[in-house]
Formats: sequence, C-alpha cells, structure tokens
Amino acid sequence: MSTTDATPVLELRSVSTHYGPIQVLRDVDVAIYPGEIVCLLGGNASGKTTTLKTILGYVKPSSGSVHLEGQRISGLPTTEVVERGISMVPENRRLFKRMTVRENLEIGAYLRSDRDAVEDDYERVFELFPRVKERLHQRAGTLSGGEQQMVAVGRALMARPSVLLMDEPSMGLAPVLVQQNFDIIQQINQAGTTVFVVEQNANMALSIADRGYVLQTGRIVLSDHSDALLSNPEMQRAYLGQID
Amino acid sequence: MAQATTTARRRTRRLNPIDAFLWLIRIVAVVVILVGLTNSLTSGRLSAQQWRDLMVFGVSQGSVYALIALGYTLVYGVLKFINFAHGEVFMSSTMIGFFAADALARSGMWNDQPIVSLFIVLIVCMLTSTLVAITLERVAYRPLRGSPRLVPLITSIGASFFLQYTFAGLFGVGTRSWPQVEILQGSWQFLGFRIVRTQAVVILAALAMMALLYVFVERTRTGRAMRAVAEDQETAALMGIDVNRTIVVVFGVGGAMAGVAGFLWGLAFQTVFFFTGFLPGIKAFTAAVLGGIGNIAGAMVGGISLGIFEQVGPSAVLAGLGVEGFNQLKDVVAFTALVLVLIFRPSGILGERLSEERA
Repeated sequence: MSTTDATPVLELRSVSTHYGPIQVLRDVDVAIYPGEIVCLLGGNASGKTTTLKTILGYVKPSSGSVHLEGQRISGLPTTEVVERGISMVPENRRLFKRMTVRENLEIGAYLRSDRDAVEDDYERVFELFPRVKERLHQRAGTLSGGEQQMVAVGRALMARPSVLLMDEPSMGLAPVLVQQNFDIIQQINQAGTTVFVVEQNANMALSIADRGYVLQTGRIVLSDHSDALLSNPEMQRAYLGQID
Repeated sequence: MAQATTTARRRTRRLNPIDAFLWLIRIVAVVVILVGLTNSLTSGRLSAQQWRDLMVFGVSQGSVYALIALGYTLVYGVLKFINFAHGEVFMSSTMIGFFAADALARSGMWNDQPIVSLFIVLIVCMLTSTLVAITLERVAYRPLRGSPRLVPLITSIGASFFLQYTFAGLFGVGTRSWPQVEILQGSWQFLGFRIVRTQAVVILAALAMMALLYVFVERTRTGRAMRAVAEDQETAALMGIDVNRTIVVVFGVGGAMAGVAGFLWGLAFQTVFFFTGFLPGIKAFTAAVLGGIGNIAGAMVGGISLGIFEQVGPSAVLAGLGVEGFNQLKDVVAFTALVLVLIFRPSGILGERLSEERA
C-alpha cells in the first residue's frame, strides 16, 4: 500500500479511541509519507474529526499509538505535539473572532521562539494570501467566510508544521472558494508540507490527494491511490455518486 | 433562550406586558432620581467642596472595588463561573499584609523607610492573594472542570466559608488595625481642590495596576493566550495553548489584583478581620456585573461607578427625597444602582457580547 520505502511522517498504528463508553475509532491504521497529500473520507459521525483530535493528543487513544517521524507522540499533551510539528485547520475555521487577524496568526506561532523564522513565515502567509495582509488589523469576526478560511490556514502555517491537518476545508464555503482552497492546499504541499485532509467532499479531496482512506463508523474500510479510489465501483456507489 | 425571544420581540416592536412593566419601572426610576437630584442640589445642604470630597472618596472606594472586580471578571471570562471565594482572596491579602506592616512598624522601619516598607507590604499582599487564588483553583476548581456550571459555583461559596473560618481560626476573630502611614496623612492640593493623600494613592495605584493589566492582556503572548482560551477553549488547546496553565495565570492575575486591593484597603481603611472580604467581595461582584461581566474594561468602569453611586447617591438622591438617615443607606443605593443599570442595560454598562455568546 505504501508509495515509498521511507518511514512515514505520521503514522497511526491500530488506534482505538473512546468517548466514555462509546467507541469512536476502531483499530485505525494510517500511514502518511513525506510530501504527500492524503485524505480521509467518510460521512457524518464516522470519526474523522476524532482521528485528527487523537493525532493532536487532544483525545487520548484507548489503545494503539500515533507516531511522528518514527517517534511515539500519543500520550503527549497537545502543546508538545504542536511544538513537534503538527498543526490543524479546524472544521468551520474556528478563528478567535474577537481578536485581530494579526493576533490570530500570532496564536498560531504561540509555541515558537525562533523570532526571525516567524517573521519569514508571516511573509510566506502574506504571499500565499495577500488578502490576509490587507485585513491584518481587522477583527477576525468581521471577515468573509473565504477570508476567514485563509486566516485559519495562515494560523496553522504559522506553527511551521511538518504535517498540516485540515478538517473539512470545503465545509460552508461557496464552490468557487472550495476550488481556491484546494488549489492552496496543493500550493502548500508543493512548498514541502505534508497534508492530511479530512473531507466529506470525496471528489474534491481525491482530485488533489495522492492517496485516500475511507472511514466508516470508526473503521478504515478502504484505502488506495486516489485514481484507484475514484474508479472503485464500491466507492462510486457509496460516496462519489452522492456528490454532484 | 430567553434572550433570543427578547430580541425577537424587540424586532417585531410589539409591547408585551413584561416590556410595558419594565418601561414603567424605567420611567418611575428616572423621575424619582431626577426629583431627588434637583431637591438635593437646590437645597444647598452640601457645599461644592463637600460634593467634590464625596466624589473623590467614591472614586477611591470604587477603584478598590474595580481591582477586586477584575478577579471576578477574568475568571468568569475564561471559565464562565463566578468565583464567590474571591472576596476572601482579597481579605487574605489585607490580613497577611497587616502582619507584615505591623512587624515593620514594630521594628521602626515603617516610619523610617516608609516607601520601602510600603513596597515590601505591597509585595507581601500580592504574593499572599496570588497564592491563595492559585491554590483555590488547583484544589477546589480544577477537579470540577467539566462538571455542570452550578457545581463550581456552589463550591466557591463553600471555599469562601472555608477561607473565612480558616483565617478566623488562625488569627482570631478580633479586628486588627494597620499602622498609619505618616507621609500619607493630610492632603494634597491638586488643580485647586483638596484631596486626601491616602485616597490619591489609592486612585493612582489602582489606575496604574489597571493600565498594567490592560497592557498584559492586550500586548503580551500570555495575555493573548488568555483571550484565546476565554473565547474558545477547545480551539485554543488545538493550537497548542496549555489551557490549564493559562487558567492558573488567570487566577494568579486576578489574585494579584485582589492583593493590590487588599493593600490599598489597609492604607485607606486600616481595619481588617476575617469577615472583611465579604461586603467588598459582593460589591466587587456587583461592580463586575454592572460593568458587564467578562469584560475587563467593564470591571474597571463598573467598580468606579459603583463607588461613586454609593458615596454620592445617598446625599444626591435619597436626601432630596426626604429619606431619614440617608447616610446609613449607601449599600441600599449600591445595590439599587445595580438593579437599575440591569433594567436599563441587561448586559451591563460595557457588556455587549453575552447574549451572542450564549446563542
């Protein structure tokens, strides 16, 4: 299944997660290799967001482990996981609406002490999103949905992640913006960041991803290269047909 | 939900019985206040100088309330519960500050080196209340994180009693008195009016602390983290902010402000006993609600307004209405002011986001 022989940047090894007595993830295995865009597809309540929260250590797995560049990170507090290079663009963007755009970006760089590099990263974000620079001193709550998405991505990039997690980037955005958003994911990826996207919009996600996993009620039921998934009859029936 | 229906009602501009009743109260309140005010002011019972003195005293009293109110509002902003033990956090600093001041007075240093002594006592006060506040969070509130909001609220009332009677047990129930500060006796002339020195110091110190707090919250990395946690705890955590540590900072900063309040209380009012925290605590809570709970500027404005209301109010309004013994009624005025402000502006003077957050 793996594309290369290299060690995965991010790996979930038979991860199970419970919320109280309810099991949300069942023996989830995911391996993401450096430079890839990998997507995790699945319907509502299939455990997509929980997978991301488990990676970040916000939710602790009840069994199994998460590894970043071969090192076990499950069990570490979220602060440390972020510091080691995983950051997230949450579902619905979740900006700090009362803070300015600038402050939101600063929160993204909260754990970093390398000031000069942080300055470079601001420039990188501004290059990617010139609009963000224009809105820098505005309250994040006053921005349009598309602009908020840019700030949310910028905020995650300010952590200078080696793996960027994106939770439903297409959610609540106009189709034009969704396309733009996926273009930007590709740009970020080409600049060297590995991306793990969680999506319901399977067509869109598979159009940019190298590989995809399909999650169904907490279990990985399919995983393959994007083109293989796109032509998989089971996949077409279950997911691709529904959309568009 | 109630708020949502209120807005809906406002949108349709229909006047239902409750709104009508509220408007009636509003109109009556305005009329009563205006009558009282005109009677008091035209009677010439107090000279301009006396009005000014009342004003200044109100502001200084109010700045102490404001400092304590900050602790309520900071904690509410982040955890959405009222820490009713905060009055005792304030009391602990006045009490321990008394022992420091008393020791310094006995050694003679209090009078020989007043500035240094005051500074030492201030530090003692701030450390005491910061420590009490942080311990409270660790022992009483953190284990209850995630339980229904009523649970920590009731716990805080228990913690309040616990602290009161711990102090009573440790230091007795008698009233203790801070030594007087020689250099702060008498008054200064300032822009043509006289201001009692301790009051000037109280006002200036409180304003300085509030400015510091403002810079801390608005300009520092930790302050930003505090605001992020206050706005959206989960997202803040996902961005790598250590939420627990930030909450400790919030309690610590609130405690430090209460410590300064305790210090200023000692200078201005001298007396302290185990129950000293109760009334200022309740008043400061009132001030925080008055200004808009969860809003830092609101706590400052609310505190100072409350101080002015309760000092000036009895002479300005009650006297004009012919109320007997109006000087004894400043607490009545303070809490009536709260009710009135909430009738006119349910979210407090500067509070605007409460309903939106709940929705």
